[in-house]
Amino acid sequence: MAKDEISGKEFKWIGTTPDRPDGLDKVTGRARYGADFNLPNMLYAAVVRSPHAHARIVKIDASKALALKGVKAVVTRADLPTGLTGEDLYLQENTLAGEKALYDGHAVAAVAATSQLLAHDAAQLIEVEYEVLPHVTDVDKAMAKDAPVILPGCADHSVPEGSAPNVARMIEFGRGDLAAGYAEADLVREGHYTTEATHQGYIEPHAAVGQMGSDGKGEMWVCTQGQWYIRKMCSAVLGTDPAQLRVTPSEIGGGFGGKTTIFMEPLPLALSKKAGGRPVKLVMSRAEVLRATGPTASASMDVKMGMKRDGTITGAEVNFRMQGGPFPGASPVGEALSCAFACYDIANLNHVGWEVLANRPKCAAYRAPGSPMAAYAVESLVDELCRELDLDPIEVRLKNGVKEGVRASYGPKFKKIGLAETLEAAKAHPNYAAPLGPNQGRGVASGFWFNHGGETSVSLAVSEDGTAQVSVGTPDIGGSRASIALMAAETLGIAYENVRVNIVETGALGVNEPTHGSRATFASGKAMWEAAQGAIKEMCKRAAQKWDIDPEAVTWKDGAAWPAGDNAGKFEPLSIKEIAGEMGKTGGPISGHHESTPSGAGPSFGTHVVDVEVDPETGRVTVLRYLVTQDAGRAIHPQYVEGQYQGGAAQGIGWALNEGYIYGEDGRLQNTVFLDYRVPVASDLPMIDTVIVEVPNPGHPFGVRGVGETGITPPLPAIANAIHAATGARLRALPMNPPAVLAAIKAKG
Amino acid sequence: MSKIHVQATVNGDSVEFLADPRETLLDCLRDHLDLTGAKEGCGTGDCGACSVMLNGRLVSSCLVLGVEAEGAEISTIEGMADGNELHPLQRKFIEHAALQCGFCTPGFLVAAKALLEKNPDPSESEIRFWLAGNLCRCTGYDKIVRAVQDAAAEMRGAA
Amino acid sequence: MVEVNLWSGLRKFTDGAEIVEVEGKTVGQVLDALIATHPGLGPVIEAGISVAVDGEVITGGRQTPVGEDSEVFLMQQIKGG
Ligand code: FES
Ligand code: FES
Repeated sequence: MAKDEISGKEFKWIGTTPDRPDGLDKVTGRARYGADFNLPNMLYAAVVRSPHAHARIVKIDASKALALKGVKAVVTRADLPTGLTGEDLYLQENTLAGEKALYDGHAVAAVAATSQLLAHDAAQLIEVEYEVLPHVTDVDKAMAKDAPVILPGCADHSVPEGSAPNVARMIEFGRGDLAAGYAEADLVREGHYTTEATHQGYIEPHAAVGQMGSDGKGEMWVCTQGQWYIRKMCSAVLGTDPAQLRVTPSEIGGGFGGKTTIFMEPLPLALSKKAGGRPVKLVMSRAEVLRATGPTASASMDVKMGMKRDGTITGAEVNFRMQGGPFPGASPVGEALSCAFACYDIANLNHVGWEVLANRPKCAAYRAPGSPMAAYAVESLVDELCRELDLDPIEVRLKNGVKEGVRASYGPKFKKIGLAETLEAAKAHPNYAAPLGPNQGRGVASGFWFNHGGETSVSLAVSEDGTAQVSVGTPDIGGSRASIALMAAETLGIAYENVRVNIVETGALGVNEPTHGSRATFASGKAMWEAAQGAIKEMCKRAAQKWDIDPEAVTWKDGAAWPAGDNAGKFEPLSIKEIAGEMGKTGGPISGHHESTPSGAGPSFGTHVVDVEVDPETGRVTVLRYLVTQDAGRAIHPQYVEGQYQGGAAQGIGWALNEGYIYGEDGRLQNTVFLDYRVPVASDLPMIDTVIVEVPNPGHPFGVRGVGETGITPPLPAIANAIHAATGARLRALPMNPPAVLAAIKAKG
Repeated sequence: MSKIHVQATVNGDSVEFLADPRETLLDCLRDHLDLTGAKEGCGTGDCGACSVMLNGRLVSSCLVLGVEAEGAEISTIEGMADGNELHPLQRKFIEHAALQCGFCTPGFLVAAKALLEKNPDPSESEIRFWLAGNLCRCTGYDKIVRAVQDAAAEMRGAA
Repeated sequence: MVEVNLWSGLRKFTDGAEIVEVEGKTVGQVLDALIATHPGLGPVIEAGISVAVDGEVITGGRQTPVGEDSEVFLMQQIKGG
C-alpha cells in the first residue's frame, strides 16, 4: 500500500475550513436526532426503574397497567431468552433486571401505550415487590472482604485466591527493578488520589424507535455512535438474528463513548414484538440518563515515584482500584494502567490494577477511558516532585518524555509521536509567560491516548456528473462528514462541494465499529482513500480503453486521467466528469469499496497549561487562561480539530472542578438533574487557546491521528497543579469544588 | 383528562392543537405541530435546548405548559431564517464551527438572537452570562461565543 | 521462533516466564501456539486482548504477518470513547 505518498505535495483541500455539509440542517432545526423520528401507528414506551441500590425482585404485577385502555404491552425479564453468558448476559441483565436490581435506576419493566402520558401512567401502575439488600457504592468499601456480594463468582482467572468477593479482575505488569530505581532517586514520594464517577453528559438523551414482528425481522432508528453495535447487542439480548435487524442511526446529539453500547435500546423492539409489531418509541429523561446510562468509573489510586535532582524519573508504580458498576469488564482499569506512565520513558515500572463491582450503573466508555483518572494521579505526583526539586514542569517532561523508538510503559516501542513537540509548543506559547497576580497559579500536565483503528467498511460511488458519494458507517458526531469529504475531494481531485458523505444504515455496508477510539476521521478516512483508489483505477481503465493503451500507462491527477508519460501516447486528459458521463456505455457504474481493520492509528499526546485564580474566602476556582497543545498528525479540517481540543478541555475542567456522582447513604443517586449535576456553562470558562501540532502519522495516507480523546486527560491534574501553585494546597480528590478547596487551604494552615 | 383546544401563532402562522393539560409547550410544538427543532435535553429548565420566544420573551419551552400558549405569539428555530436567507447568527455558527453535534444549536441560536435584540453590542462576558442557561457539552463554548460576537458585529454594520 | 512478551499477571500460566517463544508466521498462528503450549492462556486470549507487533497495535487481523525478529507484546484490550 502506498503510504503518505501525497503528503509531499501541496494540498488543495486538506487543511482548509469549508462549511460543514450538514451545517444548514443543523442551524435550521431540520436535522433529525433520536427523538425527532416518528412512524405511523407508533406506540410510546416508559420504563419502571428500581428505587433501590440492591434488592431482590420478589414479584412484578402489571395487571393494573394492562387493564388501562390503550396499554398494549409490558415486558419484564421473563420475556427475554435465557441461557446467555458473558458480556451478552450482562447486557441483558442491564437492559432488564433479573433476580436482583443491582443499582438505583436499574430497569425492571417496560410498557408501551398509545400515548406518552398513558405510558407513564401505566408504568406507575406496575407494582414491583422488592426485598431490599445491603448495598455498596464506594470503590474502597466494595473492595472489603465483608462487603455485600453483588455477583457471586464474578472473579476471573486473574484474581488471587482469597480476594474480596466483589473483585472481578486483577491486572499486573511492569519491568525493571523498582527497588534499584528508587535507590537511584534523590527524592521518592507517594500519594493517594481519588476521582468520582462523572457522566459523559451528552445533551441528547438516548432515544430510539424500534419495530419488530413476530418473525424476528425488525428495524430501528436510534441515536448511537455505532449502528452495528446496536444491531449486534440488541440481537444478542433478544435472541434474534442480527442480519434481520436493520438499524439506521439518527443525527447524534453527543456521545463521548456513552453511546457505543446499549442501555434501553432492546426494549422498544421487545415491546413492539409483543404489541403485534407496532413501532415503539422510547426516549429517556435526563434523570434516567444520569441514573442508568454510561457514567465512567470512580477510582482510588496510589502512586509512587522516584526522581533524581536533575529531573530524571528512576522508578514508578501505581496501584489502581476502579469500580465499573455491577458487572465485570466495564471499568477502564486496564486502560488506566496502560496510560498511567505512557508519557514517560522510565526503566523501572510496576502497575497493579483491581476491578471491583459496586451497586452503581454499568460504566460505559467516556473519552479516553481510564486515562484522565490515571493522569490525575500521576501528573499530580510528577508536579509535586518538580516543585520539591525546584524543576520546571515542562523541562522535566521533555527530559523524561517518550519519543520514537522508546519502549512504551505498556510494552511496545513507539513509532513517530509528538509529545515533545506539544511540550515545546506549550513552552513557546505566550500563556506560559503571562504574568500572574496574587492567588493565581499555573499548572501543566500532559496526556495520552492510544487511538484506535477498528473494523471499517466504506464505499465510494462516482455519479453520472462526476461528483462522488461516500457511504460511511461512523456517525458524524463532530464534523467527520466534513473531514471525510475534504479527504475525498483531495484524493479524487474534485471540489469539496461535489462530494456527499452519507452515514448509512446497517444494511448498506459491512460491519463498522462505532465512532469511538478517535477513529472516524482516521479509519473511515483511510478506508475512503482505499475505496477511492479502486474507483480511480477503474476510471484510468476506462480512459485507457478509449485511448486504446495499456491501463498501466494512465495516471490520475487533478480529477482527470492522463497519459502517464510521453511513451503512453499523446492524449488530452479525460476528466472525471467526462468519464462518469459515459460510464453507462463503457462498462457500467464506477465505484470503489474497502473493508479492513486498519492498524497504524498513531497515538496522540497533548500538553495543557492552565492559569487559575482561587478565592481564598470561598475556595472558588476561576479558570483565567487555558491552553491546549496536541498532536493531530495532520489536521484535515482545523476548526473541528480545535473544537475537539476545546470540548475535551471543557469536559476535563468540569470533571476537575464540579462534576461527580453523589450517592446517599441509601445508595440512591442524589444529583439526577443538570441543576445538581452541574456541567460547565459558558460563564464558567474563558476562551480556550489551542495549538495544533502536526507530526504526521505514517499509518494514514494523509498523516491523520485521532484527536477526539486525549484532550480530556490533562485538565484534571493541570488544574490541581495550578490550584497548588496558587494556594500551596494539594488536592488529591476530585471534584475540587469550593468546599473541598477551602478545606484544603484551611488544613494547610 | 380531557384535552384543551389551543390557538396560537407560531413563526407567523396561525396554528391550533389539542393539548393535554400536563403537556409542556415543548411537547406540543414537537408532537402536535411537528416542529422538532426545539430539543429536550433535560425537561427541567437547565439546558436551554428547548429555547423559544413566547410573546417576545425567551423561555424554556419545557417549563411552559402547552395550554399557556393560548393566544400567544411563538417563534422557534424553524422561523429564524427568512426563507432561504439565513439569519446572520445561523451563518456565523456554521462559519465558526460553533457546533459539533448540533443538538444544542437551535437553543443557542434562539437565545443569542434574543440577546442581540436587547443588546446589539454585548461584551464577551455579557454573552457568556446570557448564554449560561444553554448547555453545550461538545464545544467548550469558545467558538459559540466568537460566532455570536461576529454576528453581532455584522448586524451592527448592516444596521 | 517468535518471542512473545506477556504482562506479568499472565506469568502464572507460563511457569513464571514473562517472555515465551513460540512458532508462528502470523498473529493468529502465534496466538494458537501460545494456547497450545500454555493452555491456561486460552481463556485470557479468547476473552479479548490486544497484540502489538513491532510497535503497531493490531486490533483485528489474525493474518498480520509476524517475522522471526518481530517484537510481539500481548496487551490489555483497549476500548475507546
Ligand atoms: S429541555 Fe428545557 S431547559 Fe432543558
Ligand atoms: S454541539 Fe453538541 S451539545 Fe453543543
